[in-house]
Amino acid sequence: MTDAERSHRLQLAAYRRQSRLALRRTSPLVPENTIAGNALTIVIAIMSFLACLTLGAVTLVRDASRDWQVDLLREITIQVRPIEGIDTAAEAAKAAAIAAEFRGVASVSVLDDEENVRLLEPWLGSELDLSELPVPRLIVVRLSNPAIINLDELSRRLQADIRGANLDDHRLWTRRLQTMANVTVVVGASILSLVFIATILSVVFATRGAMSSNRDVVSVLHFVGADDGFIAREFQRHFLLLGLKGGLLGALAAAVLFALLSFAIGPSMTSAAETDQVAALFGRFAIGPIGYFGALGIAFLIAVMTAVTSRLTVYRYLAEQD
Amino acid sequence: MLATLPAGGIRGTGALIRFENVGLRYGVGPEILRDLNFDIAPKSFQFLTGPSGAGKTTLIRLFSLSLKPSRGLITVFGKDSAILDKHDLPMLRRRIGVVYQDFRLLDHMTTFENVALPLRVQGKDEGEYRADVVELLRWVGLGDRMHALPPVLSGGEKQRAAIARALISRPEILLADEPTGNVDPPLARRLMRLFVELNRLGTSVIIATHDISLMNQFNARRLVLEAGRLTVYD
Repeated sequence: MTDAERSHRLQLAAYRRQSRLALRRTSPLVPENTIAGNALTIVIAIMSFLACLTLGAVTLVRDASRDWQVDLLREITIQVRPIEGIDTAAEAAKAAAIAAEFRGVASVSVLDDEENVRLLEPWLGSELDLSELPVPRLIVVRLSNPAIINLDELSRRLQADIRGANLDDHRLWTRRLQTMANVTVVVGASILSLVFIATILSVVFATRGAMSSNRDVVSVLHFVGADDGFIAREFQRHFLLLGLKGGLLGALAAAVLFALLSFAIGPSMTSAAETDQVAALFGRFAIGPIGYFGALGIAFLIAVMTAVTSRLTVYRYLAEQD
Repeated sequence: MLATLPAGGIRGTGALIRFENVGLRYGVGPEILRDLNFDIAPKSFQFLTGPSGAGKTTLIRLFSLSLKPSRGLITVFGKDSAILDKHDLPMLRRRIGVVYQDFRLLDHMTTFENVALPLRVQGKDEGEYRADVVELLRWVGLGDRMHALPPVLSGGEKQRAAIARALISRPEILLADEPTGNVDPPLARRLMRLFVELNRLGTSVIIATHDISLMNQFNARRLVLEAGRLTVYD
């Protein structure tokens, strides 16, 4: 091999080496990991976390209110007051028989003395003798279908045939609870809307802030002949990824928090007797699939919002340039 | 012996850029440029000179379609710059290579990527232009710096990278604002040879400089800006 050939081969090898190096991943046109970009990711993550928490709280209240309504609608109570000279137990058995005749009734059970004592125990103590007290008999009627039972007719028959009978169909309670639950859901939805507006504004301003640090890039791309669509696409892709990263981080943190709270608070609420009433009011602390999918939806929504904001900001900046 | 370079053509015959009674003012201030009348002919070579603050950089911005005149008519590649469609601008800018005084390299991209940028924005694949970019980088003496980022390049290296970026897409017009301001005399002569070679291949070259000795090395047309007015020495 001559010197010229050797030199040529060496040059060729060097050229190939440099060509391979040049084939490394091409740098994105919009710089990654800048201070402004990282700050935007953090802002997006925080806002996404807050929006997901609010959504979780709203779904929790909505699920609880639905449970209250279903539970209350599926049970009515007949009360038979003790009257001098009347066998209350026999009257209660008659009332139970009347109730059982109605369509939509699943089961009827007359609470016995033992169950009555247990009901009154928190107020009157455990050493209670019911024979000394004029305690009414309670009949629990469970409904298979609250829609078809004629409560007015049941009430009329009980009034006519059973002395001292009174029907409590919980309608008053249901209405009040429904109103309260609806108000809570409306308040929750309003807070969620406010959090969304705050998120949108924060994302818009943070994106514009991050964009301003990239003005040089826009300017250079502009003078080397990039058209507006090309520049906007590059920025949109960059900010979409950035928004997705921040949004998913926030949603993930919220989902982990939901899971931890369901694990830590959920069982304790239902196991301890003294917290039964709290559990009855608020239900189990468990975020349903809507909460988790909603969090994912929020992350994507925020990412899209970030991308659209960056696109509009680029177009506005380019319009100013021209 | 001075190298004689082609001057502007006969006024009005197929000029790439034509200025007619052009004036420019910012806002309501005084006119910075006044009554400019000249042509840049195809395949011509000229220096744009004048004292600091005479408006050389502003005139380059008018050439590169970054500014619009306050009055008068500028025609670029036969199109009136005042009524140019927004969508035509990128295509016209691709036909003009610009070397800015402050280089305007993107710090997060390698020298190779900066130089390849005009081709990348045209939608070309790296495989199509890799060899050309490497060759040009070698030619301007940056063969071993192609993977370096601009912040670690010297002033002269940045200058050469900026020149390479302006040349890579073989523009019809090359505008260079003080292209030899940051390099030593031997490299300045080499870069000038590059511009001359480019001109021989058909590119019209406009070099803004106030380096008299550099201009004296070439027998080329001079556009002299003074107090906002332009005098042409063919």
